[in-house]
Amino acid sequence: MKPTDISAPDYFHKVVDCQWACPAHTPVPEYIRLIAEGRYSDAYMINWKSNVFPGILGRTCDRPCEPACRRGRVEETPVAICRLKRVAADFKDDVKHRMPRPLAKNGKRIAIVGGGPASLTVARDLAPLGYHCTVFDSDPKAGGMMRTQIPKFRLPDSVIDEETDYILNLGIEFRGGHRIDSLKKLLAENYDAIFVGSGAPRGRELDIPGRKEAAANVHIGIEWLASVSFEHVSKIGRRVIVLGGGNTAMDCCRTARRLGGEDVKVIVRSGFEEMKASPWEKEDALHEDIPILNFMVPVAFTHDGGKLTGVTFQKVKAEYDAKGRRNLVPSGEPDQTIPCDDVLVAVGQENAFPWIERDCGIEFDKWNMPQVDPTTFGSTNPKVFFGGDAAFGPKNIIWAVAHGHDAALSIHKLLSGEDITERPLPEVHVSSQKMGIHEWSYDNDVSGDKRYKVPHRDKVIALKDIRTEVELGYDVKLALGEAQRCLNCDIQTVFSAPACIECDACVDICPMDCITFTENGEEADLRERLKAPSPHHDQALYVADGLKTGRVMVKDEDVCLHCGLCAERCPTGAWDMQKYLIDMTHAGSTCQSKARSAA
Amino acid sequence: MTYIAKPKFSHPGLPRNELGFTHRDYEGKISTLCAGCGHDSITASIIEACFELSIEPHRVAKISGIGCSSKTPDYFLGNSHGFNSVHGRMPSVLTGANLANRDLIYLGVSGDGDSASIGFGQFAHSIRRGVNMTYIVENNGVYGLTKGQFSATADRGSKSKKGVTNTDNAIDLVAIALQLGATFVARSFSGDKSQLVPLIAAAIEHKGAAFIDVISPCIAFNNHSGSTKSFDYVREHNDAVNRLDVITGRDPITVDYAPGTVQVVEQHDGTRLALRKIDADYDVHDRLAAMTFLQKHAAKGQIVTGLLHIDPEANDLHDRLDTVATPLNRLDEAALCPGSAALDKINASLR
Repeated sequence: MKPTDISAPDYFHKVVDCQWACPAHTPVPEYIRLIAEGRYSDAYMINWKSNVFPGILGRTCDRPCEPACRRGRVEETPVAICRLKRVAADFKDDVKHRMPRPLAKNGKRIAIVGGGPASLTVARDLAPLGYHCTVFDSDPKAGGMMRTQIPKFRLPDSVIDEETDYILNLGIEFRGGHRIDSLKKLLAENYDAIFVGSGAPRGRELDIPGRKEAAANVHIGIEWLASVSFEHVSKIGRRVIVLGGGNTAMDCCRTARRLGGEDVKVIVRSGFEEMKASPWEKEDALHEDIPILNFMVPVAFTHDGGKLTGVTFQKVKAEYDAKGRRNLVPSGEPDQTIPCDDVLVAVGQENAFPWIERDCGIEFDKWNMPQVDPTTFGSTNPKVFFGGDAAFGPKNIIWAVAHGHDAALSIHKLLSGEDITERPLPEVHVSSQKMGIHEWSYDNDVSGDKRYKVPHRDKVIALKDIRTEVELGYDVKLALGEAQRCLNCDIQTVFSAPACIECDACVDICPMDCITFTENGEEADLRERLKAPSPHHDQALYVADGLKTGRVMVKDEDVCLHCGLCAERCPTGAWDMQKYLIDMTHAGSTCQSKARSAA
Repeated sequence: MTYIAKPKFSHPGLPRNELGFTHRDYEGKISTLCAGCGHDSITASIIEACFELSIEPHRVAKISGIGCSSKTPDYFLGNSHGFNSVHGRMPSVLTGANLANRDLIYLGVSGDGDSASIGFGQFAHSIRRGVNMTYIVENNGVYGLTKGQFSATADRGSKSKKGVTNTDNAIDLVAIALQLGATFVARSFSGDKSQLVPLIAAAIEHKGAAFIDVISPCIAFNNHSGSTKSFDYVREHNDAVNRLDVITGRDPITVDYAPGTVQVVEQHDGTRLALRKIDADYDVHDRLAAMTFLQKHAAKGQIVTGLLHIDPEANDLHDRLDTVATPLNRLDEAALCPGSAALDKINASLR
């Protein structure tokens, strides 16, 4: 293998699995250390810079970081990264004075369609640079789906208000209750750029017999959730069936439990395991006595005299074809009709762009989605950018934020007269953490604690009020325990071959048998010759040559605890623990275009 | 030394031996020796050898004297019996323990000061008597604990860290062990685990006095140019006569060797040692030739390593003394105290 180029910004970034997995590349270990130190405000601001909505995401994020967390490969469960983020938001001091102070207006105007996470991220990145940002939303308050679709018992209004206010207070013009119904008209208003962050606002319909006749008691999930959020709806029938297996279905069923639904069921086509909902959201639903029935396909709404009486289901089973694709085929069991008073349909969301005229320079693809560049987020109209669910269909908040950052960068470059396709590389800092012979600036003693459970409010109380938050969040003590579980994967093991005397001290001390000194070879061959098996080929091998015996040092990054014992046992300082910090390029980053190569 | 304990976590895919243990289960406390000490690699090799042999830790007695090397039994086999004895007296304590309980595996760990100076006589007599043990000397040629004076194994003409030349002749413990009749004699290097681990395993399986001299660079006081026990010097002058694979009882020999290059030696307990010859003329059974070979190469400044001599048919002290086959702690009162009639009989035989 070729020696590893550790100066490539992506190499160490990938070692920080959580940060690499986060679409916004939040420096997770850095803020977790600050939480452990009790520096909640600092931890919050690090989050705020990367993901804009720490308090909201700390309650609702889809957590792509957690399945990636190295701790999950070392023991059973990853670090509760998401809920630690909430800790930073819960225990911080007033941070208003730490918010950016916008520069004088530069005279350029940007229209932002939709007031959700992608749009607000664009506004937050651009307003401090002096751009005049106008955010349009059909709802009276900012927040988009975060406000309308996520139930208040998961995400209280106060948290949304606080975090949207931080952004709106940057001198942004927010036009609530103002729906944009023509892009042409908006283009005619001569904005310098337009960002479309209008989401995927349409709930998918379930067109099966009886839908029309039973319409009064069949509700589209996200619309119903929005109505509940705006208090247009305050009750539901006693027996409720929720159709669909995603997170919206979980929000629907739990909301129904709080509005009079006593017998609430979730019924899904797929198997329980393959449901789209996050495992923890399924757990929360089950905890509220909501059964989840699987392998049942709705085939008809039954009704009597214009009133819904139930839903008929066909029983199916999963069969896999030669390519491993799943097909749901009838199991042969008789259909089953389950009686109910109301049905909530949560079978997916769709984009809808009736307000974009097809002759204003924006090309649409065969799925009726705008053509959007996945790097610049530009459309075929150079002035118009897309992000969030509006760009590539429904994802989640953290993706919307990541899109927003990239789109904002494009808009800034466009309006600075630069090429938007040239993407500046992030700035990387790598610095030794050595404080003394065996002292490091981070706590390298690895905690053996198991994942701490987040305390929940008593179910009886929680189910009584739709605005009572269920999760109480970690207290300071629990947060400290959980924070200590973080393996500090951003503190990198950096090897210097010229200093190495090949004494094997690092090999002998490494608790995870990560390090091997051996003859060089091709990667597949090397992986066979390591001191411990190497099952995860997506995890890099760190190879260094230039040793006196002609061998190479190979470190499998896979399950390294970053405990620093290799560096402590090294007599010559050939190993050092160095903190890797990456500053993702946002609009206005100082180094606009540095010629550097990514890994 | 390190301030934190070695984390309990281990690689999830670590191989397990017949007992279901990983090599981590054979560890002891974290080492307090200097970073990079060769002794820590020997510790790791002992751990690896015991893991590979699927030894039950409670069947091992590890006994040492005084010195950096004699501290190391604390760092391996945390669940074994241990005795950290008086300076140079490891061989006597080990002999006594062995006579009392012949069922345990005896691991004597010593250093060049402990065995070649204060305990030289003890070393000699335990070898001479053929005590069934694995005697490992962690040989760095220097008194590390007292800041780097030459030890008795330091080569004449080698230089101390401060530049002083050693004017005394060196004791070659391997030569002495051969001369005193050790039935398993080897030399190795802490920086070459692929050679050392099978040697330790073979020595543990050997019945009789097994002696291994392991050159182990002292990072703090004996790893400079001018030293003959530094990493660089040993790597440059290492002359291995053979490489060893230990094949325990039931496994067939599966490795393919080029014909004529391998000699299989079968030991008492059925373990077989596959010797991959590097020096084709070297015969491990010929004690006299080994001694000559060693001297000749030493004169040329070469460090001969590998399995240097083995007598697979060796007997041990118990055979020679015709002792009872049961360990003393398992004999009942009747056997231990046969009564006055038996005593009278013995007395009568001596009149």
